[in-house]
Amino acid sequence: MSDFDWKRISKHGDKIALAVLLLINVLITPNFLQLQTLFVNISQVATIAIVAVGMTLVIATAGIDLSVGAVMAVAGALAPLIFLSDFAQANPALGLTLSIVVPILVALACGLFNGLLVAYLGVQPIIATLIFFISGRGIAQVLTNGNLQTFNHPGFSYLGTGKILGLPFQGWLVVVIAIVFWYVVNRTMFGRRILAVGGNENAARLTGTPVRKVKTGVYVISAGLSGIAGLIVVAINSASDAARIGNLMELDAIAAAVVGGTLLSGGRAPIFGAILGAVIIQLVKYTLLANGVADEVALIAKAAIIVLAVYVQQGRKE
Amino acid sequence: MQPLLRMQGINKSFAGVAALTSAELEIAPGEVHAVIGQNGAGKSTLIKILTGVYRKDSGDIEFEGNPLNAQSPREAQDAGIATIYQELSLVPLRSVTENVIMGYEPRNKLGLVDWKAAHTRSREILAGFGITIDVTQPLGSYSTAIQQLTAIARAVSLNARLVIMDEPTSSLDDREVETLFGVVRALKDKGVSVIYISHFLDELFHICDRATIMRDGQTVAVREIAESTKLSLIADMLGRDPEEIAAAGMTDLGGGVRETGELLLEAKDLKTDRNLRDVSVSVHKGEIVGLGGLLGSGRTEAARAIFAMDKLRNGFVRTTARPNGFSDPADAIRSGIGFLTEDRKAEGIVPEMTVRENMTLALLPKLIKNGAIDRERETEIVEKFVKALGIKLASIEQPIRELSGGNQQKVLLARWLALEPDLLILDEPTRGVDVGAKFEIQSIIREYVEKGVGVLLISSEFEELVEGADRIVVLQEGTSVTELQNPGITEESLIGAIAQSHDGATA
Repeated sequence: MSDFDWKRISKHGDKIALAVLLLINVLITPNFLQLQTLFVNISQVATIAIVAVGMTLVIATAGIDLSVGAVMAVAGALAPLIFLSDFAQANPALGLTLSIVVPILVALACGLFNGLLVAYLGVQPIIATLIFFISGRGIAQVLTNGNLQTFNHPGFSYLGTGKILGLPFQGWLVVVIAIVFWYVVNRTMFGRRILAVGGNENAARLTGTPVRKVKTGVYVISAGLSGIAGLIVVAINSASDAARIGNLMELDAIAAAVVGGTLLSGGRAPIFGAILGAVIIQLVKYTLLANGVADEVALIAKAAIIVLAVYVQQGRKE
Repeated sequence: MQPLLRMQGINKSFAGVAALTSAELEIAPGEVHAVIGQNGAGKSTLIKILTGVYRKDSGDIEFEGNPLNAQSPREAQDAGIATIYQELSLVPLRSVTENVIMGYEPRNKLGLVDWKAAHTRSREILAGFGITIDVTQPLGSYSTAIQQLTAIARAVSLNARLVIMDEPTSSLDDREVETLFGVVRALKDKGVSVIYISHFLDELFHICDRATIMRDGQTVAVREIAESTKLSLIADMLGRDPEEIAAAGMTDLGGGVRETGELLLEAKDLKTDRNLRDVSVSVHKGEIVGLGGLLGSGRTEAARAIFAMDKLRNGFVRTTARPNGFSDPADAIRSGIGFLTEDRKAEGIVPEMTVRENMTLALLPKLIKNGAIDRERETEIVEKFVKALGIKLASIEQPIRELSGGNQQKVLLARWLALEPDLLILDEPTRGVDVGAKFEIQSIIREYVEKGVGVLLISSEFEELVEGADRIVVLQEGTSVTELQNPGITEESLIGAIAQSHDGATA
């Protein structure tokens, strides 16, 4: 009987963890039950959650994407360059549109590069995406000459500071993205094929699955979402620092996906799990910071969560 | 004499479903003991409880007179129970020696591994089983049989008192099987007991002393092999009357003489980089064409070439719709060809996916409505095939890995049948499934052939080929050498054709 209970606990481990975290915060964190706290957490968790959705898809094909943080930096560096340009000053509406569309297109191109390396040249995902992990941030810094770009652009800043029905814009964006990709995974052929490729690549190929296209697709999606996240970070800060945007994001996103129940061996893509994972990671960070624990210690706590999540996952397999 | 192992009243259930109900197993010292039963009879559950993979709900296990309650495979191994799995748990890139002595390396004075002593020891251990090979070479450079024997040698060198072999011959050829039998006999002479699990009943008569027969999670009989016949064992497994089975015939593929329809597919002079030299075969509507030959003769390779999995170096494949052959498997599927592969685990099932998702994997493009999968129709189709093929499951939303081998195979067969194919390539469609499911799968195939589907059948069981196929193309070393026509083929004539061409090729 003890077996059975353990299974149930491990199945709902992420929800239990979230409940425990909330409870602890209510008890010990000053001013936790304030709207302001909610807003801060939503705006900070949004970028992790958006990137984690893409990461979940990549991991579901038994891959990994280390380049997400660097892609964020490229997108985040490009946007101010565009809307601060003379052309954009002359055509504000077009400039704003381009400053959102172009960085995302560039991000998608980065993803295409990753995907082609992995799917068509057979480079191991960790190595293929390591290329952009290293060079992407370099490219971003070259673009900006290593300068911090500050700006005052209410239109663009809406991405990071706007509110709909009183809640931060990026929170709504997360909800929309999560619903869209939940639908993709659970209802479309592409989604089913992602899981098949990760679950058994040979079987997928033999049933007519275009394995290479599916793999390329997930890297493109992951990079596109990273691009969006990069724009949000810049919008929140009203400043773009190519050296810092999305720094260590790949680790947060992988952690969120794993905590949410994604198997690193592939074959499973719990989108809402990844969102939950992102929330848990954010809450842990917040709990420690709000209670005066140093940032460095927060990193250790994050590692502990990952270890715990992997342990629970192992228990779930049996 | 005191038994080496006694398992009594073993109960085990998974999520409320009983897998074992007071199952029993008793092994005498130095005995080779078969455990047989249909898939889902509880054999592997019982063995996994013994080896510490699963925990029993209740019951007693005694090993060498002491209670045994292994909590992990490691504990079972320490107690003297070694398991040789189908998928070997060795390290192919390291040397044979390293694999044999792993974890128990002899050390020299400096505490470093004494390789000279290590090689000598592993050579001695292997020689004890009549294997003389260069132990310094990587294990992966040897055949599966040698690898398997190395695993056994390792187990015995660790003082195993009981060796469990799970389908040890499934990937061995005839000569390798003989070597394995020699090793089993050598174990017996040393007083080591062997639990032998196999779907090939013929093998039991060569090396087993007794057999425990399981059905529906219970131990139904323990038989002396010397006093049993193949038929009586099958009758025990199925819980049926031996005479009834004898009357029904051993396979269910045989039908009357049929007229063959139009040509479905023609493959000529196929050559690939995978040991396929020159194979020609054609399939007509409503016809079963067998590919006969020994292991390694190019049967699976021919199927892979036709299904566009391997690049053709010579020859062509053509159908009416595709005069230039197929560009890839997806293209072959689109033009109405299904390929049930030999290796269910590596190339068939997606273990984490549900039965529903597994069954419709090839059908997906036809299930799309407004850009999404039409779940209603999908469920409808899956339920139809679950019913038609008698697939036993708790729910179509169950992960396929939870089903027994025979039921998994039926799901995979349904995956292709759902496509309403013109031509089915079936590679060992009844391998590793129990006798009952085998009958059923064969009669399902027959039913579809009568509706006009063409079948290219690959089978290592001559009986299945002889009774099932309308024609048999005989392969030898990657070349099609002759063709036999039914009626008139007998197992003897097939074996004769294979043997003859064998002589011709080697002369």
